Amino acid sequence: MSTVKVKVNGMEVECSANDTVLEAARLAGVDIPTLCYMRDIAPIGACRMCVTEVSGARGLVAACAYPVEDGMEINTNSQKAYNARKRTLELILSQHRRDCLTCDRNMNCELQKLSKDYNIKEVRLGHPEDMVPQIEDSMIHLIRDNSKCVLCRRCVNICKETQSIGVIGPNDRGFATQISCAFDRNLDETACVSCGQCITVCPTGALTERDCTDKVWNALADKTKHVVVGTAPSVRVTLGECFGMPIGTNVQGKMVAALRRMGFDGVFDVDVTADLTIMEEGTEFLGRLNSGENLPLITSCSPGWVKFCEHYYPEFIPNLSSCKSPQQMFGAMMKTYYAEKMGLNPEDIFVVGIMPCTAKKYERYRDYQDAVPGIPDVDASITTRELARMIDTSGISFVDLPDEDFDPSFGISSGAGLIFGATGGVMEAALRTVADIVTGEDLDTLDYHEVRGTEGIKEAQYDLNGRQIRVAVASGLANARALLERVKSGEASYDMIEIMACPGGCINGGGQPIQPQSVRNFVDLRTLRAKAIYSADKSMKMRKSHESPVIKEIYDAYLGNPGSEKAHKLLHTKYQARSKYPGVAE
Amino acid sequence: MPNLKTKVSFKGTKEQEKELVDFIRAHSQDKGSMMPILQKAQEMYGYIPEEVQIIIAEETGVPLSEIYGIVSFYSQFTLNPKGKYQISVCLGTACYVKGAGDILDKVCEIIGCESGSITDDGMFSVDATRCIGACGLAPVFTVNESVYGRVDVAETEQIIKKYVAEAKGS
Repeated sequence: MSTVKVKVNGMEVECSANDTVLEAARLAGVDIPTLCYMRDIAPIGACRMCVTEVSGARGLVAACAYPVEDGMEINTNSQKAYNARKRTLELILSQHRRDCLTCDRNMNCELQKLSKDYNIKEVRLGHPEDMVPQIEDSMIHLIRDNSKCVLCRRCVNICKETQSIGVIGPNDRGFATQISCAFDRNLDETACVSCGQCITVCPTGALTERDCTDKVWNALADKTKHVVVGTAPSVRVTLGECFGMPIGTNVQGKMVAALRRMGFDGVFDVDVTADLTIMEEGTEFLGRLNSGENLPLITSCSPGWVKFCEHYYPEFIPNLSSCKSPQQMFGAMMKTYYAEKMGLNPEDIFVVGIMPCTAKKYERYRDYQDAVPGIPDVDASITTRELARMIDTSGISFVDLPDEDFDPSFGISSGAGLIFGATGGVMEAALRTVADIVTGEDLDTLDYHEVRGTEGIKEAQYDLNGRQIRVAVASGLANARALLERVKSGEASYDMIEIMACPGGCINGGGQPIQPQSVRNFVDLRTLRAKAIYSADKSMKMRKSHESPVIKEIYDAYLGNPGSEKAHKLLHTKYQARSKYPGVAE
Repeated sequence: MPNLKTKVSFKGTKEQEKELVDFIRAHSQDKGSMMPILQKAQEMYGYIPEEVQIIIAEETGVPLSEIYGIVSFYSQFTLNPKGKYQISVCLGTACYVKGAGDILDKVCEIIGCESGSITDDGMFSVDATRCIGACGLAPVFTVNESVYGRVDVAETEQIIKKYVAEAKGS
């Protein structure tokens, strides 16, 4: 790729000829503010926050979209640019309901930061008296408040382009423009899959998860409840970000210590039920491989993906694994096996899932998610972000905590369970176990590098005792759609497919810490977070699900064999075809 | 003005759907074909309701939300069918200063629907229009092809009530 030389504020830098002014400035160590632009989301140059003076252009240009030229002189901080940005900011603020103190994004808001950076002392324009909340809270997982929306369209683009869903868009015109669903329907009348990617890109508090922390605090305060918590694989490598730690720091020990200090009666690891998922799903896969029915088997750990399948590809429902997700298996085991072991009434156990995911909030309300009929497997599902808030509320100094271990009865797991948190991880975990079962040996092959990495679609072929197994992995629903279309047309054929709704898998889930564009534009969150997971896996002694002593005990003492009738009753679920237009009468 | 959703039930036929689908398929390779498709749909149905937008979304692969975004952006697209009696009140400058605003309010009050929408029975629709070039007759409104000029609120009431009676008799 050819390079060019440009001057940024008088300093010469060499950059790629394909770079934008924004990227060239970054190379020179200068951040140009952006509000609508975010890497991987097409630049639309709409917000005008990044306007910059460059030589050879007639007026100010949008740095996020304007390409560099050899010899270009870029002045990021000219008086003209500063004045234009400040005026733009004032206009945006004039239409923004500024209840920063009580906003979910207080201290983590891109607009708030710009307001501070640009020294806004008063908002001269607008009609503050007209600013009332515009709440749309029809979905279980998400709340939209358009009175805080800056119309940047990041949510629209990630929904349509990255996830190939497109249930929201800019409607009407001029001052009336608002981001909403077609025909002003509520989101629950559309085929939204609850992935929450829109929340993670929102620069303000217009999109937030539905907060369930009160429910958890109430349970913790209730002496009649035995409150247990399980943390998803990926949460330990992202939670630290909420406390200023570098992206990709594994804080498992501190996270466990914090949960224990918050008063949970059992601090457990959902990696255990990830291992359990592998036992059930691996058995299911071998069964289908032998019978030849319903292949490819498609994973069902990601509730966003499952809902996508039900709305957009109902023809693939028979291919979905019938396994519940690790969160739901965790809840199911707590209310049955653990209740029996501890001599507790399942009704007195309150199960909290700590998840990288907003779809998990919805998943717990699905049908067939009650191992003990009538009692939900999981009582509250909170995101990494909500956990961070609870730790703050507790007054715990997170970074100073000692490292502690999970409670052993449901806290010992394998590296296979841990890598569930990244795209390709479920596939690799399954292959580690399935290969051992098929060959009857304890194989040394543990790293299936072909299915690792952040590419959207990965394919590989493995030899299992002479039989060629073709696998594919997709993350991000646009990639899932592309892959399924190839399977549908017969262009590609696989035995097993892993799909995760979020790009990069759970490490980049809709419930993960929100990083602003100034970070996301220049750092690949997915790679850094995934690296922390794979390096932890590598350092673990036990890296195959079927080797876990907890798993062995669960089957020996309670479930019998993987795929047994009891296992099916407790750990498997059902799916249903759903309309693409649920709000429209058929 | 935000588009108002129609309450009139959709009466599109299978033949119309086929004609629209054929049109979309004929233009499937054209870049920027959404505008002609929407214009065709409006020409065929008189408006572009949700049922028609879903047909277009399914055929083109463009999400419904994006199509709705286009339809609600351009004022020449309408989400409402026109009534048997189409009332248009001119809100051009001359008519406006002569009190067309009050006339529009009166019309809406009598037939019982907002500007830009249609009555539940589908008989009357009301629109506020730009200048229709009859400033000498200001304020002016039309009912289908009939033009009523130099009217005041009382005369408007009489005229509209005549149509309401006619509609009831039909």
